[in-house]
Amino acid sequence: MPSGLGTSELLALFDGMVRVREAEERLEILFRQGHVGGGVYRALGQEAGPVGAAFALRRRSDGTGDVLAHTVRAAGAVFLFGGTPLEFFRQYMARATGPTRGREANVHWADFKRGLLGPVSPLGTMVEVMSGVTLSFRMRGEPRVGIVFYGDGASSTGAWHEGLGFAASQGCPLLLMVEANGYAFSTPTRMQTRVASFADKAPAYGVHGVSVDGNDVLDVYAAVRDAAARARDGGGPQLIELRTFRRKGHAQHDAQEYVDAAEILAWEGRDPIDRYRDRLTAGGWATTRELADRRDEIHHEIRAAAERAIDEPLPSGPEALLDVYTDFQVPAPWTRFPEPTPDQPSRLAVRGNDAVTPLHPMPGPLSP
Amino acid sequence: MTRPEHLRKTELGEPVTLLEAISEALFEEMERDDTVFLMGEDIGTYGGAFKVTRGFLDHFGRQRVIDTPIAEGGFTGAAAGAAHMGLRPVVEMQFMDFVSPAYDVLTNYIATSLYRGAGAQPLVVRGPVGGGNRGGPFHSQNVEMAFFHTPGLKIVYPSTPYDAKGLLKAAIRDDNPVIFEEHKGLYRAPGLREVLPPDDYVVPLGKARTVREGQDLTVVTYGATVHTSLEAAGRLSEEEGIEVEVVDLRTLLPLDDDHVVDSVKRTGKLLVVHEDTRTGGIAGEIAMRVNERAFEWLDGPILRVTAIDSPVPYSGTLEDYFLPQVEDVITAARYLAAY
Repeated sequence: MPSGLGTSELLALFDGMVRVREAEERLEILFRQGHVGGGVYRALGQEAGPVGAAFALRRRSDGTGDVLAHTVRAAGAVFLFGGTPLEFFRQYMARATGPTRGREANVHWADFKRGLLGPVSPLGTMVEVMSGVTLSFRMRGEPRVGIVFYGDGASSTGAWHEGLGFAASQGCPLLLMVEANGYAFSTPTRMQTRVASFADKAPAYGVHGVSVDGNDVLDVYAAVRDAAARARDGGGPQLIELRTFRRKGHAQHDAQEYVDAAEILAWEGRDPIDRYRDRLTAGGWATTRELADRRDEIHHEIRAAAERAIDEPLPSGPEALLDVYTDFQVPAPWTRFPEPTPDQPSRLAVRGNDAVTPLHPMPGPLSP
Repeated sequence: MTRPEHLRKTELGEPVTLLEAISEALFEEMERDDTVFLMGEDIGTYGGAFKVTRGFLDHFGRQRVIDTPIAEGGFTGAAAGAAHMGLRPVVEMQFMDFVSPAYDVLTNYIATSLYRGAGAQPLVVRGPVGGGNRGGPFHSQNVEMAFFHTPGLKIVYPSTPYDAKGLLKAAIRDDNPVIFEEHKGLYRAPGLREVLPPDDYVVPLGKARTVREGQDLTVVTYGATVHTSLEAAGRLSEEEGIEVEVVDLRTLLPLDDDHVVDSVKRTGKLLVVHEDTRTGGIAGEIAMRVNERAFEWLDGPILRVTAIDSPVPYSGTLEDYFLPQVEDVITAARYLAAY
């Protein structure tokens, strides 16, 4: 393969794409069964981008690796950075055992040990935040990079502009990954921008930009590997456009009536997993049977994780009082007397690369 | 490397202004903790629009004193990212009026980070606020109430050099995000100059202070109107024998209503004075809390003296009418005392 990857690495890329596809298909079932609140967001047809990108980065579990700011369409990258399907299902199902204990939804969670920094919903903000994460790498002389995923829509925000402007002026080692998937919710790309390619925005900021086939996992891998090397070498921010297509609605509630069915069909023919499977078999890297077996194994792994998470508890209501501040617990409503006590001490107060430490809320709220 | 001469006043036992107290606090925190660094517009080479960080760039270097693009959202967001990585950024808004582009990242991102499981956000956003300087609508605002409604933020607003230095040090050491407001009219006010203790003291966040004792009514205030209220209290005492207790909130969020309630229970009357505009001002929240906790102790209506509900006007005649004046406080306090 032109990527220079060996057999086990090539197969790991296959597994990575299959894992997120299987996890999201399981999620749809859980959603229909009423186990998932909020929305279910699919990356169907976009799996190659996050998987190829994450695979090209330094993934560590001790807080010294690269940092990923993912989006809801980049769960494939989360899994490669060490996020587990069990955590994924706990989080989507708002379980007390989940990474945010039911405080936040879907992939919105962080773990700096593994280099995971989940997003807030206004995604452009993450470009600003990641400019600061990567500024710290530059300040400390650490050979780390940050990577931030976003879509067509976030490219239009002021936060995107301000974040990239700051990162560029400071020479931050930040990779900006725009998943150009055709739509921001229902708004097509042509209503979002006049540029032909999002990579065309790069020169205006004095940064390196490139556009790649987002449905080719090896192309993405190679582009991110090269961009990360440039960023590590002091080359500053790197912008990479992933040309792809969102084959599902924005979320489960969206029937995608605004998209031409023929267009969806055409992109089905460019499915990143099918294409890659054919490439692996044609090149003699694996047999069709071997790949089917791997997929089967992942299917069962995902199903087991989902079933385990279903049986786990939801947080108790009074836990909503915890972790607004590190040292001050907000008061319970006075009508709930006696004042309910949260079940568990807080354990969310992670800062930077510090270990997860329990917090002890200050006794005696200052206000009624 | 020795400390620049203009930052050695406390060391030499000389009095400092509120601005100098803030500079000393920043400088000493940067010396004490090398994770503390500064970002803002024109803070490095120029030393800041008000010269709060004059000499810092030469002393600490470009890594720790960063002149940013004019992008308040961008560099405040960058502060959030740096805080994730274990640094303690202190961000300067050239004028706090310009914090609005950072409203999104402060409220949606920074204030919610701990709650979302993304970790604490030990950062400070500080800068000049307040009117009386003929600065017009965009160089005079008070921004506290834009953030008061946001759980997860702390808001600090000192009125003296002593408090400014101690509170800023506490804010920098705090693991929560802090909005730190500095009234530009107090920055160089000669009457406020005081000799500060040479030791490394902090003033804890979340604690109000009684700055003048009295038994006839309580005035709760903060920032520049602490001094407006003290002048009114002095005149009422001398000329009319009315004894006003003046409470300086110092921290607005979390609000020290224990202190307020304690005072009101002794005086039975409450007047809230603030320079911020009237509707949605902190007086409403304080009145509600006193109503909840000290209703039976009240011997009169809770009243307020505030700026009018308009943008901050430029002309001196207009701005003086806009701002709460000593006479307003006297009128309201006299009315309440007689109630």
